[in-house]
Amino acid sequence: MPCTVSMTVNGKAVSREVEERTLLVTFLRDQLGLTGTHVGCDTSQCGACVVHIDGRSVKSCTMLAAQADGAAVTTIEGLAAADGTLHPMQAAFREHHGLQCGFCTPGMVMSAVDLVTANPSPSEHEVREGLEGNICRCTGYHNIVKAVMAGAEAMQGGTMKAAAE
Amino acid sequence: MANPTGIGASVRRREDARFLTGRGTYTDDINRPSQTHAVFVRSPYAHARIAGIDAAEAMQAPGVIAVLTGADMEADKVGSLPCGWQIHSKDGSPMKEPPHFPIARDRARYVGDAVAVVIAETREQAKDAAELVMVDYEELPAAVTSLKALEGGAPLVHDDVGGNLCFDWHLGDAAAVDAAFAQAAHVAKLDLVNQRLVPNAMEPRAALGEYDRATGEHTLTTTSQNPHVIRLLMGAFVLGIPEHKLRVVAPDVGGGFGSKIFHYGEEAVVTWAAKKVGRPVKWTAERSESFLTDAHGRDHVSHAELAMDKDGNFLALRVATIANMGAYLSTFAPSIPTYLYATLLAGQYKTPAIYAEVKAVFTNTVPVDAYRGAGRPEACYLIERLVEVAAAETGIDKAELRRRNFVPASAMPYQTPVALQYDTGDFAKNLDIALPLVDYDGFAARKAESARRGKLRGIGFATYIEACGIAPSNVAGALGARAGLYESAEVRFHPTGSVTVFTGSHSHGQGHETTFAQLVSERFGVPIENVEIVHGDTSKIPFGMGTYGSRSLAVGGSAIVKAMDKVERKAKKIAAHMLEAAEADIEVKDGRFVVAGTDKALTIGDIALQAYVPHNFPLDELEPGLDEQAFYDPKNFTYPNGCHVCEVEIDPDTGVVQVASFAAVDDFGRVINPLIVEGQVHGGLVQGIGQALYENCVYDEESGQLITGSYMDYCMPRADDVPSFTVRYHEDQPCTHNPLGVKGCGEAGTIGASAAVMNAVVHALSEYGVTHLDMPATPERVWQAIRRHTPAQAAE
Repeated sequence: MPCTVSMTVNGKAVSREVEERTLLVTFLRDQLGLTGTHVGCDTSQCGACVVHIDGRSVKSCTMLAAQADGAAVTTIEGLAAADGTLHPMQAAFREHHGLQCGFCTPGMVMSAVDLVTANPSPSEHEVREGLEGNICRCTGYHNIVKAVMAGAEAMQGGTMKAAAE
Repeated sequence: MANPTGIGASVRRREDARFLTGRGTYTDDINRPSQTHAVFVRSPYAHARIAGIDAAEAMQAPGVIAVLTGADMEADKVGSLPCGWQIHSKDGSPMKEPPHFPIARDRARYVGDAVAVVIAETREQAKDAAELVMVDYEELPAAVTSLKALEGGAPLVHDDVGGNLCFDWHLGDAAAVDAAFAQAAHVAKLDLVNQRLVPNAMEPRAALGEYDRATGEHTLTTTSQNPHVIRLLMGAFVLGIPEHKLRVVAPDVGGGFGSKIFHYGEEAVVTWAAKKVGRPVKWTAERSESFLTDAHGRDHVSHAELAMDKDGNFLALRVATIANMGAYLSTFAPSIPTYLYATLLAGQYKTPAIYAEVKAVFTNTVPVDAYRGAGRPEACYLIERLVEVAAAETGIDKAELRRRNFVPASAMPYQTPVALQYDTGDFAKNLDIALPLVDYDGFAARKAESARRGKLRGIGFATYIEACGIAPSNVAGALGARAGLYESAEVRFHPTGSVTVFTGSHSHGQGHETTFAQLVSERFGVPIENVEIVHGDTSKIPFGMGTYGSRSLAVGGSAIVKAMDKVERKAKKIAAHMLEAAEADIEVKDGRFVVAGTDKALTIGDIALQAYVPHNFPLDELEPGLDEQAFYDPKNFTYPNGCHVCEVEIDPDTGVVQVASFAAVDDFGRVINPLIVEGQVHGGLVQGIGQALYENCVYDEESGQLITGSYMDYCMPRADDVPSFTVRYHEDQPCTHNPLGVKGCGEAGTIGASAAVMNAVVHALSEYGVTHLDMPATPERVWQAIRRHTPAQAAE
């Protein structure tokens, strides 16, 4: 049975008819064309699909689109400023080479933003524990952790080290 | 630095902008008008005869367009997925090479073997209908492990492959080894298992087939590390589509680690089906499907013996390995446990005699092929575990025993007894850098401190050398390769001085769009933002062999250099004409074309404009344009090498192993982008640590069911499982035979790490008398090992 879901996605109101069983991630990717949110597994383990629902990180493969009815959803496409300026966490990932193939990256960045929102000055240990739900196969996490620490500082209003290029 | 985007600069990656904003384009992100969706019906049995398939009910399900089977492919004369490397057994007979159809015809040979494909309007409809396809299976007994498959009376995976033996191969001088063992003062022996792994690139495989009725052109968009090879194999051997009517595109690809080198059946199915149903057909694997169908890695069972004289000098090495091939031969499978494994058994040591025997075995499991390192981690793990055992047994310090047996830098180039000739390497230097870096002398104090907290501590070394950028095509051909192993590049200057580089290498995380652009920026002084790197599309790039075996920079980068050489030669002629100077007087300085001894100079942009608007151009000597193509066939392998040192702390009450520190000292030759190189090392290390401590692909030995078929059961290393790393490299030993002096860095971390970790684990457990533990050293295994070895036994 189709049902109608309405929500705000990246600041824009959207309303679509979906099959009841439609996952939020499928809705975002297939109905809204927001393909920055990825699907890396089918057991809610990998975290490639993390988005923000009302400001908190959620694995969008773990909830139905219908459950997000009325919510404010932010995906990786909605994280940078309207003028294209990267969010400090995105900029930190670039500066510290916190991504390689880029597939886990949207989920990793969205998780990191939520982590730092909840804990503005995390220790390395806290960053590692906080990212336990996001699997990266490329980076060995070393530079992701560096990026999140730097991103946290930048989100606090600290200055990002100038890009070396 | 003269050029902030030239060679040696840690240029921030240009590809990151799209990946960080969700604008990457991976295969599953692409949707076509009137696209349909494919879902495969897969065998739930490891081994079964397919007595019949009834698709009537599925065809009635909502949205279903077609249900296609192996019989339909047979009727269309679809061929077998080809194997790209032929091995000959000791007796000269060729390996057994049974057919491997994209969809099984009469028998399913592993859990997950495709039996039918459902094509429907939506993915969900296809999935629903796939459950309605009635397959009449007659279950057969399965041969699951390589050891059991070799036993007399084992079920046969292929009726015409007796004993399930694909080949029985050897390398080296058995008589010389026997003679050396007869003289040995001490022999160290070790039985070990290099367990099966699932590569697990984070992007699941996907494929999108399209057919243009107007032009007769097929397009396959696929998650591949080498689209040209897929075009060749699928076009020529499977579907019979000539190259000029087949385009293969590998857009952004979310990691490969080897698993996306190979030509998979699903690629052929969507390409074939798109013409059949007259609409685009897309398939995307779910992760469970990836576990079942991506080619796995490793899976060796080995016995090794090292003969030494009384001073610990290595005299000879003898190795016998059984390698699991899975149910069919994947594209490069036979080369992995042979020419990429046994040839590396010399390691960094001057062991004068080596003999290796390798039996490759068919089993009712998914095919096994290259996974990051591909044969070389297996070789390194075997040698370095054996050396550690030798050190423990002889009482010689493990660093000293290694140093004593290193091939000295002065002996380069060095011919090993197992076919390879190392060009450069200073192994003692790697060790010299590593020892103070990890404070080797301070280990005893750290161990005592751990002991005060009730913890065990161990330190382990691994020195590795690998062979990358697979060597001259004629040599590879003589060893069984059925393809050339060169790379192609085209460097196209545009009229206003911007550049497009077309490369046959493929980037799926390696950052080629940055590193390759640095080569051009360095050479011609072009701002990096004016250089576009194009890869992954057979309709744009002349040809390509793709990315695997850490070859992209050494082979693909060298091809770009060759093309730039040609551009420079032509540009000099044009500059000489424009500046009214002799060609011999034109020098290239900081990217400018200068008349020697004068201030007369042109930029490459000036020359490019004249090349395309040839009003003042030597038209009688040269054609207009500035666009050159090159193929580069390497003269030899490259030999990255290094020394990894790991320290672990173990909680004896729980068996939990924690990597306390990890240092990697590597020689990758010349480094173009240090930031990217270090990132490659970090990632490689965690895959190696993953094998050592966490990852294990387990099939039920009777039923052949995959037990570790999801991230709930297959333990992937996560951020809180690993430490930050200490990474160093030196550039004193550039590769001598490619123009960049580069060796490759993609696999090194994985090759050294597993051995270093396991050596540290065994060292920590040595006070209990543990002398070996098979990977992964899970808490359960470590705890059992501690319980099995009481301190009283250790004292014996």
